[in-house]
Formats: sequence, C-alpha cells, structure tokens
Amino acid sequence: MAPNLPLFSPPEDPGPSFIRLLEQMGYTGFKYDLQSLAPPSTHSSQDLSSIQPLRHGTTIVAVRCEGGVVMAGDRRATEGYSIANRTMEKVFPADSHSGVAIAGTAGPAIEMVKLFQTQLEHYEKVEGATLSLEGKANQLAMMVRGHLPMAMQGLVVIPLFAGYDLRRNMGRIFTYDVTGGHYEESDFHATGSGGRDARTAIKLGYRDHMSADEAISLVIEALYQAADEDSATGGPDMVRGIYPTVAVITERGFERVADDRVAQSFQELIAAKHQGGQLP
Amino acid sequence: MTMPFYVAPEQVMKDRAEYAQKGIARGRSLIASTFSDGILIVAENPSRSLHKISEIYDRIAFAGVGKYNEFDQLRVAGIRHADTKGYAYSREDVDARSLANLYAQYLGQVFTHEMKPMEVEILVAELGIESSGDQLYHIAYEGTIMDEERFTVLGGDAEPIIERMESSWSRDHRLEEAISEMVAALAGPRKTIAPNELEVAALARNGTRRAFRRIGEAELQRILGTS
Repeated sequence: MAPNLPLFSPPEDPGPSFIRLLEQMGYTGFKYDLQSLAPPSTHSSQDLSSIQPLRHGTTIVAVRCEGGVVMAGDRRATEGYSIANRTMEKVFPADSHSGVAIAGTAGPAIEMVKLFQTQLEHYEKVEGATLSLEGKANQLAMMVRGHLPMAMQGLVVIPLFAGYDLRRNMGRIFTYDVTGGHYEESDFHATGSGGRDARTAIKLGYRDHMSADEAISLVIEALYQAADEDSATGGPDMVRGIYPTVAVITERGFERVADDRVAQSFQELIAAKHQGGQLP
Repeated sequence: MTMPFYVAPEQVMKDRAEYAQKGIARGRSLIASTFSDGILIVAENPSRSLHKISEIYDRIAFAGVGKYNEFDQLRVAGIRHADTKGYAYSREDVDARSLANLYAQYLGQVFTHEMKPMEVEILVAELGIESSGDQLYHIAYEGTIMDEERFTVLGGDAEPIIERMESSWSRDHRLEEAISEMVAALAGPRKTIAPNELEVAALARNGTRRAFRRIGEAELQRILGTS
C-alpha cells in the first residue's frame, strides 16, 4: 500500500477506471501471472483443473418481468465429484440497480465480482454519476475478455448481468461467453452446468408481462428442474433450510428475496406437483 | 554580479499563508456538524453540478472550500486511496483518520516546498457505529489538522458562524432541526439562503452500507418551509 496520497500527473491519470488505477499503483494481486503458474514449456497446454479439482459454481438464471428482472442461483459448489460448499452465493448486487450472477470456477469468479462492484462504485464516486446499464455490461465484458487466457487454461468464468435500466424504465439481461462477447437477451437466460434444463423450464412457463411474483415462482421451478437433472446443481435443502438465492431488481433497486418467501414458494411447487399426480 | 534578495523564512511563510487565506476567503463557507443520527454537511453553493461535498467511502464524506480544481483533485485522490485500501484489505479497514493524515502531510508538503500553496480547506468526516464514534477532521491549507467532535466551520468567514453554531448546537437535534439551525448559522441574521443555493448531504446511521446521502432541493424546501 502506497503511503502517499494517490495523485497522478495528467498522462498517467487513470480517470474513473479502478482497474487502471490498480495498475498505476503497482498492484498485481488482482491478476493471475500465467508465467509464474507453470513452466513456459507446459503452461500453454496445461489445464489447471487437471492439477487439482477446482471449486465450481453452477446454475444461474435471470427472467425479465413487469417493471424489472428476477435473478436466481443455486447454492452448491463442487470440487470434481464432491460437494465443496452448500451455501455458496452466486447472485450479487453489482450496484444499487443491477446484479451479477456467476457460473464457472469459483475463485476467479468471485474475484471478478468484487472487482466489478468496486469498479462501478469507483466510477460513480469519481464522476459523480452512475454508468448507464449498457456501460456497466460493457465493463463486465472487458473483465471477462481479460480473463480469456485463464479460461483457455480451464478456469472458465461465465457471468450473467441484469439490471433495471433507469433511462429506459425496463429490466434488461446481458449474457457473456468466455471471449468477453456480450449479448442482450430479450426475456430470459440461464447458464452454468444446469443452465440447459433451467432454460427449458423457463421457456415452457414464460409469458410476457409476468409480475415479479410469477417470475420468482418460475425461476424457482427452473432451479428445481435443473437440480433434478444436474448433479452439480443444488436443490432446495429442506433439512438444513438452505434455499437458492433469489433477487428482484426494479425501480426500487436490488432486493434480495427473503429465505422464508423462497421456502414457501418451493413448498407450493411441490404441493402442486403432488396434487397434479406428477412426480415431485 | 547581482546578489539575490534575502527574504527571511518567516516572511516567506507569512506571505504564503496570506496568499492561501485570501484565496479561501473569496469562497463561501461550509459547516459540518453531528446530529442525532450522524453527520450533516451544509454548504452555500449555487452550482448544481460542481459539488463541494461528496462521498469517499461507505462511512466517509469529503468537503472542501476554496479553489474548486484544487480540492476536487484531493477528493479524487481520497476516493482512490479508500477504494484501493478497501479492495486490498477489507472494507472495515478504511478509516478517515489515516486519510486525514495523508491529506495533512500532502498539504504541509505543498505549503513548504511548492511555489504556490493550495488555496483550500478540507473536511474528512467519518460516521461512527455509535454517535460517540463520529469524527470530523478539519484540515487547513498548510496541513494543520483539527479533530472536532461537535461541529466545524470551513472557509474565510468562520468566526461569526462558529458563534452562531455555539449558541444553537445540540447533539440531540433531529435531521430537520439540524439543517434549519445550520442554514441559519451560515446565513446570519441579515440574510436568508434559498434552497437552490444550498448543498446539503448527510452521513446517516440508517443501516445501509453506503451512509452518504444528498438532500435535494425539494426535501430542503420542505424542511426549511420555503417554496
């Protein structure tokens, strides 16, 4: 930590970018140094996940609803075939009106979220204005792109970004691929190992102009189906009282849905399945 | 060959201090005070976009008077210091005291070593978990740092404002009372300040992570009973 006030001459001034600021101040801890991870002869072909099982986060979803967007993620983290964590959080507030969810290698993913949150707040404070929702999505894309060399080594991080666009008065969802390409989804998306199953469940239940409550029920059904089919996705753990993270982002901002409400929603879902003679 | 004129160091310092004081006195004053739920900062500022008061971190606010470009540079440096420290260590490790010390060192350095002293007076305020933990650090142009627990006044015309604040200040004042009291102290008996000429912000103990909040014109109009 530099003991002096971080002041810069105009050509070196990092502006509102927190990442450039870290670079200017000589921090290196926020990036992986590939050269130091493996000898040069092997590092380009080395899959880091083969050295030791790495911690992975799995299924995350986002659904647009009337006046906003609902995001959710299961709580399981795996290391190879074992469960590493039953209470992992994968949905985070990015700032007051947007959220970011993560799938992929947990370590760098959580670090990316922390850097992203800091970047948005840093920009807001330095500039005295918040970035547009698209500007935020772009910032995240740059971080994913910067992570590409690590993704090539097996440490893939795929975020999902959603928020309430205060200028257009609507919820918007952005998805990413490992290259940092980002795409706006019109209505919903799910990714991670159980993403395919979750997406199918959402596709079958989705309607235009759903209320936030209906969207919450839909994401819960989607995570339930994903957990049913995918071993790396955790279902509702009624024994321990662990339920997926669900958040609603509207004009009022990012709000975490209370665990009780999520638990109740699961009970309703299961009761409805019993009643309909379906397998729960 | 001509000899350079000898100027006594006392004289140099005196000239510099006078220069800085003159620059600061040209601007308008600012008050920071504790109240029942935290810290309030009230400034006379007709500009809507060039702020004198701003957020540094979760529980830390900054305010400056004097030359805008100079204190704004310090404000940005403060945000950079706080954000990098919070990122490298933890959010809890960011405190106002160390930042105030850095500001004091820098201002002292500039005052003695540079051609021109900075024409600024700045404030670093930190909201405590309890009201007894609230801190106001007032740093002068030459790096003098003062630690206040009740209130502090920045700017050229401080004395009469301090007197008015002394007579009305109370830690038990609620937000509305505290704002009215501070605006009255800032304006003095012969003047009133319209809500659109004020910049007001609070660090309030309301349970949110980011305690800094601006109090806009509409809310000020309601509080001050003008329209």
